[in-house]
Amino acid sequence: MAFARLLIRRLLFLLVVIWAASTITFFVPRLSPRNPVRERFAALARSGGFSPTDLEKIIAAYNTKFGFDKPLWRQYTDYVGSLARLDLGLSANQYPKTVIQLIQESLPWTITLLLTTTILSFIIGNLLGAVAAWPRAPNWLRSIATPFMLLQGVPPIILAVLLLFFLGFKLKLAPLGGAYSIGVIPHFSATFVWDLFKHQILPALSLIFGSVGGWVLSMRGMGVTIQGEDYVIFAEHKGLHGFTIFRDYFLRNALLPQVTGLALALGSVITSGILVEGVFGLPGLGSVLGAAIQSNDFLVIYGIVLFITVSVATMMVIVELLYPLLDPRIRV
Amino acid sequence: MTTIAISQPRVQQRSRMGQIFRYLRRNKSLAVGIFIIFLLIAFTVIGLLTISPSKAYPLQAASKKPPSLKYPLGTDFFGRNLYAAMAVGMWQTALIGVLAGAIGTMIGVVLGFTSAYFGGPLDAAIKGICQILTPIPGFLIQVIIAGSIDKRSVTIYTMAFIVVLLAWMGPTLVIRSQVLTMKERQFVSVAKLSGVGPMGIIFGEIMPNLLPFIAAAFVGQVFYSIFASFYLAVLGLGPLREPLLGNIIWSANGQGAFFNGWWWWPIEPAVAMILILGSLALINIGLDEVANPRVRKAE
Amino acid sequence: MTTVLQVNNLQVTYYTDSGRARALDGVNLTLNSGEKLGLVGESGSGKSTMALAMMRMIKLPGRIEGGQVIVDGNDLMALSEEEMLNARLSEITYIPQGAMNSLNPVMRIGAQMVDAIKAHDSKSSKSAIEERCMEALESVDLGRNVFRMFAHELSGGMKQRVCIAIGILLKPSVIIADEPTSALDVVTQRQVMETIDRVQKDIGCAVILIGHDMGLMCQFVDKVAVMYAGRLAEVSTVRQMFSDPKHPYAQALISSLPSLENKGVFHGIPGLAPSLLRLPSGCTFHPRCPHVMEVCKTTVPALRTVPGGAQVACHLYPEKA
Repeated sequence: MAFARLLIRRLLFLLVVIWAASTITFFVPRLSPRNPVRERFAALARSGGFSPTDLEKIIAAYNTKFGFDKPLWRQYTDYVGSLARLDLGLSANQYPKTVIQLIQESLPWTITLLLTTTILSFIIGNLLGAVAAWPRAPNWLRSIATPFMLLQGVPPIILAVLLLFFLGFKLKLAPLGGAYSIGVIPHFSATFVWDLFKHQILPALSLIFGSVGGWVLSMRGMGVTIQGEDYVIFAEHKGLHGFTIFRDYFLRNALLPQVTGLALALGSVITSGILVEGVFGLPGLGSVLGAAIQSNDFLVIYGIVLFITVSVATMMVIVELLYPLLDPRIRV
Repeated sequence: MTTIAISQPRVQQRSRMGQIFRYLRRNKSLAVGIFIIFLLIAFTVIGLLTISPSKAYPLQAASKKPPSLKYPLGTDFFGRNLYAAMAVGMWQTALIGVLAGAIGTMIGVVLGFTSAYFGGPLDAAIKGICQILTPIPGFLIQVIIAGSIDKRSVTIYTMAFIVVLLAWMGPTLVIRSQVLTMKERQFVSVAKLSGVGPMGIIFGEIMPNLLPFIAAAFVGQVFYSIFASFYLAVLGLGPLREPLLGNIIWSANGQGAFFNGWWWWPIEPAVAMILILGSLALINIGLDEVANPRVRKAE
Repeated sequence: MTTVLQVNNLQVTYYTDSGRARALDGVNLTLNSGEKLGLVGESGSGKSTMALAMMRMIKLPGRIEGGQVIVDGNDLMALSEEEMLNARLSEITYIPQGAMNSLNPVMRIGAQMVDAIKAHDSKSSKSAIEERCMEALESVDLGRNVFRMFAHELSGGMKQRVCIAIGILLKPSVIIADEPTSALDVVTQRQVMETIDRVQKDIGCAVILIGHDMGLMCQFVDKVAVMYAGRLAEVSTVRQMFSDPKHPYAQALISSLPSLENKGVFHGIPGLAPSLLRLPSGCTFHPRCPHVMEVCKTTVPALRTVPGGAQVACHLYPEKA
């Protein structure tokens, strides 16, 4: 029963977050008195690229979305209504694709990259941080964490630039960009999968090296507290082996707050993921967003931002609902 | 007795300088961080003194020249002297960081303070807004805001403003929780019982104890602001004319600098950015050791 | 009566930033099987250090400088790390002070008992080990269902009982209980003490009970040892200690206890406990002692048996009994 109440409360919170995000994306573009959105849209049309009929359709879609002729409250309710139907509008740049279609095409790339790198850096970072906080670990093992803590301040996109230069450009160990080699037709074979994998190495390394340090640092801070807890000391008094204490008494407890931390970090994980994708020209959400920014494709920008916001908020709620499975004290 | 009382502060002052140095020797991350910051400041100041800032803009030099005696850091595709561009860019990056960091911290301190100290519906409202905004990736909202502004009218100050808009929740929550715990501490109750008014308690009792947290929040905010403005600039949402570090990388990427062999163009701002953010991270770790002695024990 | 525990000249030093602190300075103690000893003293007198030193659990910046802790004829100080791991819980057991927080919050109680047995005994079957845990729980008056519960589902007294149950899993020869009843209410305190008393009789081990509460403790122990500044001041039976304490510090300690006769009159002990960093020369109690003599300022008194059987470290009493 208590779980049902928690579930309802979290879902309501999720709705409020989605509402807040969509309201921001609705009002922010019209805060500017010059309405540059419309101006630039017209400029884009003048510079050509699509036919007048297409332009009419886009502007029609644009007007139903932002309907500047209607009163503001009407525009707002229309907008919320279209969101409820999962209608994010049409792309100006890749007409007649809808924003949803663009997201669907690029999402698998982003999910694969971010899921792997986030899981890997969470595991590596927390293990290194835990070892760094564990006084009984050998010193050489504890010191592995230090260089990663220094990397903690470096944005993954800069690591991407540096890795691209040293590993890709100078040493030619990895391709310089793209999802697969130019001229290759996607098909299912070992060579093609290997090709795909090679193109993901540098983006993945930049994201992992860029985020491991954060986990190391917070885990070390947490671990320093946990290693002095009474139950860890009592476990030593029981004559347990060091590794058992480390795994069952120390790590399991120190990891709990880190799981919450993972939920809170999702936003920045996606942000850096998007930028790194842009640097390497991977066909994920980041490149679509980057292209949309370059070409002032506003509905795509708003749609992707809204989509990411909703996904992050949803994942946070899911983590929060799963948390009781890990911590029996909150189990209901 | 009186002579001792007079001479004591002087003795203490001298030993305090020594204490700071001795502490810095032990707190290596703080020392190294401060050292790097000094180096960066020195580079920027020397740069601004030895070369005209106007050289940081396009068509001021031969284009695409690698580092040489004439152009110590080379020039880019657009004919910017990168030595000048880096000096100006670092200055602008620091300006955005400190400006947005200071404003964000100030808003955070004021909101966190009122929220925690007065409680009630005001507290609930401030806390609620912070909680709702937290899951929304602030950077994406900044993308929308920056994207909605006419690119020609974006300046360094607009950048700082955009960054601040979504950068006050962190310090607000930190300061709020600190004030909440301090409100319950004994020394505050003692002051209350001995008839000290609310202003006296806020500025006499709580503020001094809050200073390390405000300092840490400020460094964290500067870090965040530089990060955020850099990200915006890398996406091409910054003031395009200015040689902001992120802008240099953005334009280098746009011209395919690596493919064309102009490696120095994106590498230089990248290294500068690593030094800036790295030193701030080190200072943050160091301040964490000051505020949280338990971390110190683990060394 | 066989001797199960013999502590010889145990020394522990803490190397702090402000100097060396001698936390334990040549402690000697002998305990027979089935004997219960209460270890009392002010905070910082070295009681907990003594317990940790006997478990070989002194952590840096502390170091065991020398001495022997002989349990059942084996000197624990001479064991290898691996052998010492095995000796903990099976030879000598420690029941912690902060029982409220001594159980892992994310593991079931049963799992925390099973891993303790498995660390010492890799041969027994799973069901046999579980049965032993259940029996241990029952012997401290807990239900078998506690095996499947988490720490947060138990009350303070129950948690302390679980710690006792874990402590006796391997039937050790010596149990050290470090203030096992602090943070419990008075009724629970008594129940826990009775539980310790009963399991001690069941497995016939020696018990060292560390505590502040002389009143509660003395109802359960046979002997009392008074500690002062890292040394034992006096070791005698409960009866002797209360009727005729010998050491001036023990006398002050006993007379500071409230009783019906001296109701309303509070006798504290004058002076402050010494800093371990700058211990007084000679007998460390001499600056506070009402009977101080010249010899006390220069010579450390040894712990020796005086007429009546008590062991006292004080120059007031003659060299030979």
